Amino acid sequence: MNDKLYKALLFIAAMVMPVVCGGVVYALATDAYAAFEHFGFLKFLTSSEWSYTEGAEQYGALPFITGTLMTTALALLFCIPFSLPVALFVGEYFKGTRIAAILSTVTDLLAGIPSIIYGLWGFYTLRPLIMALNISPQGSGVLTASLVLAIMIVPYAASLSAEFIKMVPNELKEGAYSLGATHAEVIRKVVFPVAGSGIFSSYILAIGRALGETMTVTMLIGNTNNIPESITSTGNSMASIIANQFGEADDLRLSSLIAIGLVLFLITALINMIGKIMIKRARIA
Amino acid sequence: MNKTNTQHRLAKDRLMLWGVCLFATLTAVPLFAILGEVLLRGYDQLSWSFFTEPTPTAYKVMKAIEAGQSIPGGIANGIVGTVLMLSMASLVAIPAGILCGAFLAENSKNRFAQIVSYLTDLLQGTPSVIIGIVTYIWVVVPMRGYSAIAGSVALFVMMLPLIIRSTEETLKILPASLKEAGLALGGNRARVMLKVQLPAAFGGIFTGVLLAISRVIGETAPLMFTALGCSFIRWSIDKPISAVPLLIWEFFNDPNLQELIWGASLFLLLFVLTLNLLSKYLAKKWNQ
Repeated sequence: MNDKLYKALLFIAAMVMPVVCGGVVYALATDAYAAFEHFGFLKFLTSSEWSYTEGAEQYGALPFITGTLMTTALALLFCIPFSLPVALFVGEYFKGTRIAAILSTVTDLLAGIPSIIYGLWGFYTLRPLIMALNISPQGSGVLTASLVLAIMIVPYAASLSAEFIKMVPNELKEGAYSLGATHAEVIRKVVFPVAGSGIFSSYILAIGRALGETMTVTMLIGNTNNIPESITSTGNSMASIIANQFGEADDLRLSSLIAIGLVLFLITALINMIGKIMIKRARIA
Repeated sequence: MNKTNTQHRLAKDRLMLWGVCLFATLTAVPLFAILGEVLLRGYDQLSWSFFTEPTPTAYKVMKAIEAGQSIPGGIANGIVGTVLMLSMASLVAIPAGILCGAFLAENSKNRFAQIVSYLTDLLQGTPSVIIGIVTYIWVVVPMRGYSAIAGSVALFVMMLPLIIRSTEETLKILPASLKEAGLALGGNRARVMLKVQLPAAFGGIFTGVLLAISRVIGETAPLMFTALGCSFIRWSIDKPISAVPLLIWEFFNDPNLQELIWGASLFLLLFVLTLNLLSKYLAKKWNQ
């Protein structure tokens, strides 16, 4: 094979990516168009009505946007107290030891568990627990979904944060020690400020994961098409309304679901792009 | 005054250490809780017939319940569907991913390669349910029906960015002297890639493929709108077909079949975790 042919072959293979991504955007945009045209783009995003009575169909994405934002924000909140210690454990306190390798294998395995199995565990173990503790009568809801979602994103946040914590130069830490700082103070005054933007970006990527997580949320959020009143209420996220109704929908409802998909795609793409750019900057600095 | 201050700081230091250890250890709890629950509830369902028989029909289930027997049947239809769709997806995704990864590794400075690299990140971050919708629009609508082909297209789209990334990264960390030596011996670029770089990168690419398979094998959402599901063993690629995660979803929603959830979950979980550990082990072994 000569060089020209080889280059052409690689180029064709690389063209797969623009074709697939272009196809994704094109398919979503053309099929979402009917819903945006019928309801108006802004009105679709801000209406909280979701009813499929024939003749008076009303579809608005606000309850699901709210549901997604609530589950994601709560999951992030619950994830930090666990992922940050894991990152410090692996990247600072026990850096390079066997026990750190074991813990990072454990978190890797957590990342490998399929989301439907997380959903089952949440449904059969966590949900009864929440009912027994009298936190909510039906057990499922935003809180239950967020708790499991938090476990699912810990590995993503922790492994990337640990990577940035490991990269903090030893000279800086030794300087602080020589001035009499304790390990905790070194972490607070040296490690966090130096690795901070990297750690921050790892949480942005974890948010990107949580936004689109489908099966777990579908199994645990309670699937009601209203704006959740509190964190123990039931609701639906953008991904879970699609998973619930896509199979039975047609015409305007189908187009509305695809429109929600398009919005979700754009939000995750934006969040991931911000995260990647921040990571690149943090790596160079 | 000074002494208590120091004691205070040292106490804080110790508190931090113990806090980190405690919360880091707590993170391991869900893994064992999930493994334990699935194992305890699922192990007595696993038998030879669980893997060789398809999902029971509603009639069979009713009869078994009336007779007070355990539910007959298994997940063979799901296993066949998963194997069929995953092989079709891999057949295209592995060569395409490796070639595209090679392109990125060879032209990292080029503007087009940077765009492709960005798009790879974009696709990798796209929620799987959206891949499901898009494949429905691409394949199911024109073919006027759910099919194994549609399911494998969805899996292909999910595998592609993972394989591209692992190939690119493995090729990039190969020493430049390797490629240069090959070129200096008079091999052209294609020959050097095929006979020198790819064999040297085999370990990394192989573990990347294993990880990609373990990532998509448990995917449910993209298959719901593409493969749909099917209650008997089927090998045709243009008809609806089942998959192991789809079966778990069906069992979850059907009160009569809930007994079967745990056996199917145990099988899926063990398979995925073994693939994960295997790829980690191989990566470590080949790096030495």
